[in-house]
Amino acid sequence: MNLYWKYMLMLFKSQMQYRTSFFFLAIGQCLTPFTVFAGIYFLFDKFGQLQGWSFYEVALCFAVTHIAFTITECFARGFDSFSSLIVTGDFDRLLVRPRGTVVQVLGSKFEFARFGRLILSGVVLAWAVSHIGIDWTMLKAIALLLMIASGVVIFTGIFILAAAISFWTVQGLEIVNIFTDGGREMTQYPLDIYAKQVRQFFTFIIPFACFNYFPLLYILGRTEQAFYAFIPLAGFLFLIPCLLMWRIGVRHYRSTGS
Amino acid sequence: MIQVEGISKTFLVAKRPPGLKHAVKSLFHREYTKVEALQDISFHIPKGEIVGYIGPNGAGKSTTIKVMSGILVPDRGSCTIMGHTPWKDRVAYVKNIGVVFGQRSQLWWDVPVIDSFELLRDIYRIPQGEYSSMLTLLTDTLDLGSLLHMPVRQLSLGQRMRCEIAASLLHSPDILFLDEPTIGLDAVSKIAVRNFIKTINREKGVTVILTTHDMNDIEALANRILLIGKGTLLYDGSVQGLRGRFSTKRTITADYRENTVPLQLPGASILSWTPDRAVISVDTEQLMMAEVLTQLSSQVELLDVAIDTQPIEDIIVQMYKEYQL
Repeated sequence: MNLYWKYMLMLFKSQMQYRTSFFFLAIGQCLTPFTVFAGIYFLFDKFGQLQGWSFYEVALCFAVTHIAFTITECFARGFDSFSSLIVTGDFDRLLVRPRGTVVQVLGSKFEFARFGRLILSGVVLAWAVSHIGIDWTMLKAIALLLMIASGVVIFTGIFILAAAISFWTVQGLEIVNIFTDGGREMTQYPLDIYAKQVRQFFTFIIPFACFNYFPLLYILGRTEQAFYAFIPLAGFLFLIPCLLMWRIGVRHYRSTGS
Repeated sequence: MIQVEGISKTFLVAKRPPGLKHAVKSLFHREYTKVEALQDISFHIPKGEIVGYIGPNGAGKSTTIKVMSGILVPDRGSCTIMGHTPWKDRVAYVKNIGVVFGQRSQLWWDVPVIDSFELLRDIYRIPQGEYSSMLTLLTDTLDLGSLLHMPVRQLSLGQRMRCEIAASLLHSPDILFLDEPTIGLDAVSKIAVRNFIKTINREKGVTVILTTHDMNDIEALANRILLIGKGTLLYDGSVQGLRGRFSTKRTITADYRENTVPLQLPGASILSWTPDRAVISVDTEQLMMAEVLTQLSSQVELLDVAIDTQPIEDIIVQMYKEYQL
């Protein structure tokens, strides 16, 4: 973990070599989700509500998803752009260092400019929370934090999975974006607006529902069952098969060398 | 220190004939050809040796280096380096080695060199005391003082290579693998890099294995050569031995006081002759060099004699031809 911060500091220094570029990138990043959010706003402006969900409730859902996704993109960018390490052969370099591959890949890249997005998502979160009038309890606050943490873990898991696949395909697969970018787009709305099969897939196969839909029900007072607040913890389990896949990928790489 | 026994490695390479039609076809169905990258390679390297590992492109040099540095798992054979099998306990093993890939950098591009060194210190968990003394040693011998605070992207290739080598030595490895360390460098930088490799080998007893296409590297550094071609080890021995084995021909250029009587040298062939100079080719397997010189001096009044051995570069080219590489 200590090493991870050292890597981060190093890349931050690198990034600061190009300060102007960084500054504009951050502003640009801030505006991207803003347009998406504006889309949602106008949608509700026209239709009033979405299957019983009010605008501010959806905005809360949107904010949590975007915060989790942005943190992931910022800190797990190494896995997101991992195929370039394979293509250039730089992964060999990681293998001759006496550290685990996961921490080294994580440390290979950070996307600090994504903080711009984080700021916007944070504003949306605050705005939504102040309008819903939630009866805040300690448990609800914990649930909210768990939601974000769990979201980060799940998105990181998908990034790792995608990176592991590129051990076989060399180039990254665009299809994985269905689950990263696609997952983000889906989960910015409460999952119960989708068909049953879709919901089941995103609960049991890729547990998006664990980090946003179920705990959201609890926070919004749509259910009284307190264990919903802890469902995000189940999302952490998703990391296990992903890391397993990563290990298999590394083993494959070391036996084929390509 | 390094024992390699019967290493073999086969790769499956996708075969694709040219053309759009085949490009599309290969999306769905691919044919693979087996490429024997390494076939039954064995050698031993004792501590403190500098070994030149040579061979044409695609001969299997990099594959061998990858196996020895624990990146690649071979199909067959065993390899024991300092008591470790490189591909088994990777993390424990790689602490003992330094690897420089000439074409790829291990330094962080945008930050001063010293920052990269400090991160490597943390990656390798080098105690501060050891790190400082090693850094001082490297800075002095490699003359890095003025480079340490410059961003890597502003360094020349030669400067960068010196920093790369220093970076791979910070954790005091016992073995240093250098994959084409002088590629693309100018003459001055090449000599600086060679001198440094020599120094580090002499003073720290680091075992060095280097691959190169520059035979001057080999002549300047290596006491021993391993020649690999098409995945098999073709020669393992000294540079002199290689010369002796592949080229017993010497060329003698003799200048003498004008003499119109043509030379008579049985066993040697006279390549050119003028009244004051002759170029003679001698096969030292057939004829002793001393005898030729005695004969020469008995027939003419010698002013100057130069004996040229075939440059190692030519020998390698000859060997590649001989083995049809």
